[in-house]
Amino acid sequence: MSDLAAEVRDGSRRALAKAITQVERGNHELVAALYPHTGNAHVVGITGSPGSGKSTLVNELAKAFRRQDLLVGIIAVDPSSPFSGGALLGDRIRMRDLSGDPGIFIRSMATRGSLGGLARATAAVVKLLDAAGFDIILVETVGAGQAEVDIANTAHTTIVVEAPGMGDEIQSIKAGILEIADLLVVNKADHPGARNTVKALRMMLNMGQGTTVRHHGRLLGVPASGAAGAGGDGTWQVDVYETVATSGEGVVAVVQAIGDHRDYLRSSGEWAEREGDRSRQEITQLLQARLIDRLEATVPAAERDRLVAAVAAREMDPYAAVEQLFSRMALVAQQDVNA
Amino acid sequence: MDERKIRVLIAKPGLDGHDRGAKVIARGLRDAGMEVIYTGLRQTPEMVVEAALQEDVDVIGLSILSGAHTALVPRIVALLRENDMHDVPLFLGGIVPNDDVPAMKEQGVTEVFGPGTGMNRIVASIHDAVDRRGNATGE
Repeated sequence: MSDLAAEVRDGSRRALAKAITQVERGNHELVAALYPHTGNAHVVGITGSPGSGKSTLVNELAKAFRRQDLLVGIIAVDPSSPFSGGALLGDRIRMRDLSGDPGIFIRSMATRGSLGGLARATAAVVKLLDAAGFDIILVETVGAGQAEVDIANTAHTTIVVEAPGMGDEIQSIKAGILEIADLLVVNKADHPGARNTVKALRMMLNMGQGTTVRHHGRLLGVPASGAAGAGGDGTWQVDVYETVATSGEGVVAVVQAIGDHRDYLRSSGEWAEREGDRSRQEITQLLQARLIDRLEATVPAAERDRLVAAVAAREMDPYAAVEQLFSRMALVAQQDVNA
Repeated sequence: MDERKIRVLIAKPGLDGHDRGAKVIARGLRDAGMEVIYTGLRQTPEMVVEAALQEDVDVIGLSILSGAHTALVPRIVALLRENDMHDVPLFLGGIVPNDDVPAMKEQGVTEVFGPGTGMNRIVASIHDAVDRRGNATGE
């Protein structure tokens, strides 16, 4: 194991911070060295639209988990500018209560061009925090609208945070982000309209009664909304929680439900199933990234630019361009095999 | 893939509540392609250094308008030293009397930016400082 990996295991915060930078720059060896020490942390994703109060809720959740003596790692993702590549990472502003506690480690990440609500390296950074001994890892996604659902492939438990006044009940039955929730939280519950938002979400959950929905890619029955927890038929019942994160109101119930969800995952065998799904997804994504990198290394930029120009000028269709690039790659791969 | 982004901490230590300047700088550095972590108002020196450590930033920028730099900067420099982070370039912006600038630089502040400093100059200074540090540590 490299020195840095060993220091991460020993609990050095400086080493952990430096290791995260390395991993963000694409250092795979560090993750590989630490991988055998991962798999212990409960990874909780917090997603929802911008301004719904995700960071403030994370602040409150972290304080509550610290009262249970759990070590809390936090990854807060904010978007990179599509124009300058820069980013303004402002989630720490809401987490000032957490400073000075050696049981908490907060890291801000920019998406660096990745869509889906997370950065390309977020899953790897989760592994570093896991190997460093954090019991709970809270992953806050970028302000997500409807379709940024990558977090469900990274987290064991996904919390979708809604704020009042974000649209009518039709929004709540659209496909996408609401489907990935293991817990739904209506934050700013002291604001006007909060009751309507809760009602719309409950209605959405009830509509699934007696039918099935896809949940984390699996077909699950959706029982009537009641208290969250393992239902009589052994499935997880998604419920709606109301919080006022700025005052901490309602947070205890959310923390309780997160614990219940972990217990449910463990006892039902779904934890292992999700780990399997996650590993499959991760391998696919890494393979995709590797193939793109390989392509860029194989085909000179000038040649790729010519194809781009041809497609833009309608001299060639995009499928034909991909076909050309792909056959170039396949040719090189064949040469590798023969060599 | 080796993606090297300059990460900057913009911090407001002390009690003054005016962060328009810090936000303008944060926005300008964002537009210059840097990743800017903004801490928000009323940070203690401990909070600033803790955030710099966790975020593994390449540069720290402090915004102080209250005159408290003579107390805050030495404390932050001492904490950076304690954490073996004294090689992280430290910039100071805000209201700093000219007479105080030499003492600040002696403390280890790389550069002091007063009112009216152009964004281009700040961006160039950050790039220089990051390059110098990179050469020194061989990164």
